[in-house]
Amino acid sequence: MDLILVNLIDGLVTGLLLFMLSAGLTLIFSMMGVLNFAHASFYMLGAYFAYQISLALGFWMGLLIAPIVVGVLGAGVERYGLRRVHQYGHVPELIFTFGLALLIEEMVQFIWGKNQMAYSVPEVLNFTAFAISGNSIPAYKIFMIFISVAIFIGLLYILTKTRVGMIIQAALSYPRTVEALGHNVPLIFMGVFGVGTALAGLAGVIAGPVLGTFPGMAFVLGSIVFVTIVIGGLGSLWGALVASLLIGWITTFAKSYNIEMEDVLNAIGISTPENLSDSVFRDFWSLTSPQIADILPYILMVLILIFRPAGLFGKRQS
Amino acid sequence: MTVSDPKHDVPEGARYKEQITTDPSKPAQRMRAGSMTMTLAPWLIAILVLVFLPAVFTNNSALTIMNQMSITIVFALAYNMLLGQGGMLSFGHAVYAGVGGFACMHIMNMSDFFESIPLVILPIFGGLFGMGLAMIVGSFSTRSAGTVFAMISLGVGELIAACSVIIVAFFGGEEGISGDRTYAQPFFGVEFLQQIEVYYLTIAWLVISAVLMYLWSRTPVGRMANAVRDNPERAEFLGYSSRWVRYYSFIASGFFCGIAGGLFAINYEILTEENLNTTSSGVILLVTFLGGVGFFFGPIIGAIAFTLLQTVLSLSTELWAFYAGVLFVATVMFFPGGLAGLIMMHVPAFKLGKSSGLVMPYLKTLLPGAIGVLGLAALVEMTFHFRHAATGDDEMTLFWTTFNSHDVLPWVIAIAITVIGLGIAKVTAPSLKEAWNEANTAGGAS
Amino acid sequence: MQGFGQGLAFKKIASKRRAVLGRIKMKNITKLGAVSALSLVLGASAAFAENIKIAFIDPLSGPFASTGTNGLHQFEFAADYMVNAKGGLLGGDQMEIVAFDNKISPKESLIQLQVAIDQGIRYIAQGNSSGVANALTEAVDKHNKRNPDSRVLFLNYAAVDPALTNEKCNFWHFRFDANADIKMDALTDVIAQDEGIKKVYLIGQDYSFGKAVAAAANKMLGEKRPDIEIVGDELHPIGKVKDFTPYARKIVSSGADAVITGNWGADMLGLGKSVIENGFTGPIYTYYAAGSGITGAFGESGKGRIRLISQGGINPIATDEARATYEAFEAKYPEGNIDQSRIFNVIGMLAEAITEAGTATDVVAVASKLEGMEYDSMWGGKIFMRPQDHQAIQDMHVGVHTNEGLDFDYDNSGFGVLTESTVEMASMDSPTTCEMKRP
Repeated sequence: MDLILVNLIDGLVTGLLLFMLSAGLTLIFSMMGVLNFAHASFYMLGAYFAYQISLALGFWMGLLIAPIVVGVLGAGVERYGLRRVHQYGHVPELIFTFGLALLIEEMVQFIWGKNQMAYSVPEVLNFTAFAISGNSIPAYKIFMIFISVAIFIGLLYILTKTRVGMIIQAALSYPRTVEALGHNVPLIFMGVFGVGTALAGLAGVIAGPVLGTFPGMAFVLGSIVFVTIVIGGLGSLWGALVASLLIGWITTFAKSYNIEMEDVLNAIGISTPENLSDSVFRDFWSLTSPQIADILPYILMVLILIFRPAGLFGKRQS
Repeated sequence: MTVSDPKHDVPEGARYKEQITTDPSKPAQRMRAGSMTMTLAPWLIAILVLVFLPAVFTNNSALTIMNQMSITIVFALAYNMLLGQGGMLSFGHAVYAGVGGFACMHIMNMSDFFESIPLVILPIFGGLFGMGLAMIVGSFSTRSAGTVFAMISLGVGELIAACSVIIVAFFGGEEGISGDRTYAQPFFGVEFLQQIEVYYLTIAWLVISAVLMYLWSRTPVGRMANAVRDNPERAEFLGYSSRWVRYYSFIASGFFCGIAGGLFAINYEILTEENLNTTSSGVILLVTFLGGVGFFFGPIIGAIAFTLLQTVLSLSTELWAFYAGVLFVATVMFFPGGLAGLIMMHVPAFKLGKSSGLVMPYLKTLLPGAIGVLGLAALVEMTFHFRHAATGDDEMTLFWTTFNSHDVLPWVIAIAITVIGLGIAKVTAPSLKEAWNEANTAGGAS
Repeated sequence: MQGFGQGLAFKKIASKRRAVLGRIKMKNITKLGAVSALSLVLGASAAFAENIKIAFIDPLSGPFASTGTNGLHQFEFAADYMVNAKGGLLGGDQMEIVAFDNKISPKESLIQLQVAIDQGIRYIAQGNSSGVANALTEAVDKHNKRNPDSRVLFLNYAAVDPALTNEKCNFWHFRFDANADIKMDALTDVIAQDEGIKKVYLIGQDYSFGKAVAAAANKMLGEKRPDIEIVGDELHPIGKVKDFTPYARKIVSSGADAVITGNWGADMLGLGKSVIENGFTGPIYTYYAAGSGITGAFGESGKGRIRLISQGGINPIATDEARATYEAFEAKYPEGNIDQSRIFNVIGMLAEAITEAGTATDVVAVASKLEGMEYDSMWGGKIFMRPQDHQAIQDMHVGVHTNEGLDFDYDNSGFGVLTESTVEMASMDSPTTCEMKRP
């Protein structure tokens, strides 16, 4: 029972971190139709910039400055790169971000080298907040939860209560009409892209110390961000939140409990074949939930796409 | 590849002009180049070149690299059946080639059966298994195109790639499955011990697959794939089920991917998780796009260029991936038609007989430009060396010159070359543009 | 379009081929130009035939580049310092390390192997990833069978899958690191002496090596300390886990006294940090938790907690020669570590074998000298290349991650690995299933 509570907290942290990445991406994706493969690279840049800044000015300045720098970079990429490619269609845009991801990883290696960076949790937060039957919850995790929730509330407020948010929402659905009404849609695109990448950068800043700051950190994150926004439904902030938390909890619980395929199959009435070690399906029978925890989101995504292509909270298909 | 079609040879300046820009957001225009009938000549020349290449490059490594190119070409062509011809973006296409290859590896290890068949027909089995998998996956993934298809392909790709380390019985875990091709029945006395024998086997399959894929694009199904890509609704009105058309394309693509996998199995005699993973899937997307999705021969050029980049450039510099990234981004930004699009841009000028007028302006702009770019690359290499080389290890060799990267002089020279090279290119660019417009204007009145 | 890939070489050959190119159409120019560039690059180093060249085939780009690059530096340094600075071999031949980037891909490794062989290289060194080593050892075996006049030796300096010196062994493969079983044997010897350990948790990456570690730990703990309970035996996907917290939770709540893991790279760091952060207080026994930034990243948090099994202890340093070597290395690579001191043994033993054989080109003769060689390593102890399976037998050390009493730290972090106990000539008599076929 205690472990369940601990896992709930851990899953929440994972999910909220994922949310910070997917929130920006879902806006970018639904507004511009860009599958931004470089999104995770901006997350990496956030961590590296924050590390560099923290060497000189300390962690807190890193937390403040790094996302802004990443956001400006992102806006620059949109203005001088994506906007140019946009006229050619979606596939070239995607290849552009693909190449960009490759390039950013190489740049990071060029500048910081290939080793893991010693970017660590600030001293103020480096203590155990509380422990549940031996499992300590580091204070830094509480801090992460706090930041992510603040971001979510902030985003929700801006999108639903402010004028800018209204225009963004309108541009999401009817970009041409919004443009006809005299709004500067390219500027909105650039702004959304900048804010989206800044959020990714912020996620990198706070995830870097716990998940490691190394050139492969964007690759490890991989395409899970796309999975999140597809499950949640494109363009839906709530969808992104729900899907992120869902993925966070599913993977955490699958890893925490060793559910074996054999037990599952036996429970639904299929009996174990007698000479299992010779069977072609032996690997299938011996599957455990931690083994497949990280691919569960992909299974979920394929299923959702087959049965509800618009995603959990999505209103349109693509 | 010569393209000539008497029907389109009527001088219609405006029309050619459209083609020059090769606008990929208008696929209908793009595909026109492919829809012209081709003469036999380019095929014959290509075959002759392939047959006599080993006379020029006798060493095994060149053969190995050419084999790798051939495999990538088959794979990229098969991929382009979806992306270029069908407009379907797949993120997990490596699995079809991989599964085909794994099946071939298992056949290689079934000693009794394998001894009874000649090695040359092994890729067919790869193709059949690739096709089988495509039939299963396609049955639900091709229901819709666009993002849904792309995302399902991503999910399925990730799933199968993840299975490769979990289902050890079939995929052999991380170390993969290996075998020995020489146990097959000798084919007219050839046991495929040497690279050169494998080379001829590979190019035979390359030519067969390329011809078949080209012919496929001429069949009604192939044509309907274009139609469905451009306007599925209209295709439906014509009475075609766009879903079935996509499904057929998908299956055919799976078959040729499987062939590529089978060739991989023969060449390397080992298949591992890397044949399935998302990196391989991403690479083939990049290769195809680099070459140009709008033309049948685009992926061929892309595969050649990328293999050289990956295998040969990485021998010369650690930073090869950096250059590859720059190349991709530059291609996408400036030549969205890919390398093939770049080549095909010159077709109108050739037809108007004005291509000779382009040679000098090209030399004037591109030569300094290339030198400038090389200078830039030199600066990048020097910075890298300056930052990361061992202390005291100041010497570096670049373009056959050895110098001290901590001296000022080499930097001055490199910067000067870069600035002058790019400067001249910039200055001469307007006249190139003028010459370009002139060369593409039929009789000066378009 | 020539600009990026082959432009560098293109200029030089262009004049030679211009006559040919003129007649061939656009597409074929691409192809011809490309392949000409290819032959130029491939044949580039044929001019220095008198050097004894070792092809270093390991990742120099991509996510594992840091380990590969550090290994390359150690190889280059060892060759220069131990051989070339002392006048070379066979009356002045220099040893040269030629780096090939395999991007940790088996396919690329096989291509690079072919390129290396074509350049006349007879010695192949590789270490990162047992998967690549598996592919290479089979390819080398096949190549040597099919091409008896260009045989090569495979010097495996770090791939520790036991299969390579058991069922997959061959005459051309030599392993200079202890394999996973030997390491576990030594590690469990140490664990068995610690009466405080009653419960052990095994966790590793889900692939051949991780499974080998788990199997060996199960078997050997069962033999040496039947009273130790294995409270967890877990495999996680390799290189894919973003957050190890759930695993750490399981370890903590299992009540384990010690953790054993074969993880490496980012997986090691992620697991270790997470386990420590989430309240585990016992020792963590590891294979690869040092160097390449990992020591630096653990820093204070891993002090006294992380234990490491390895050959060739650095602290305390064994000999003055080793101290001088390390200092010279640090002067050359201020940011580098000698975290794979066996690389120096590879160079030393190869040099000795070549000298004894009197030839560097007849690899069968060199291999015969390597077999059964007893070599005095500067890092302490003897190294015996067991002839029946080509597995090096050497002293194994279990060290602790600390910042006290160090001669040399890693990653300039002030932290390093201090040897706590040593198992001499570990697993000298361990069985092998290898049936060595000699040419």
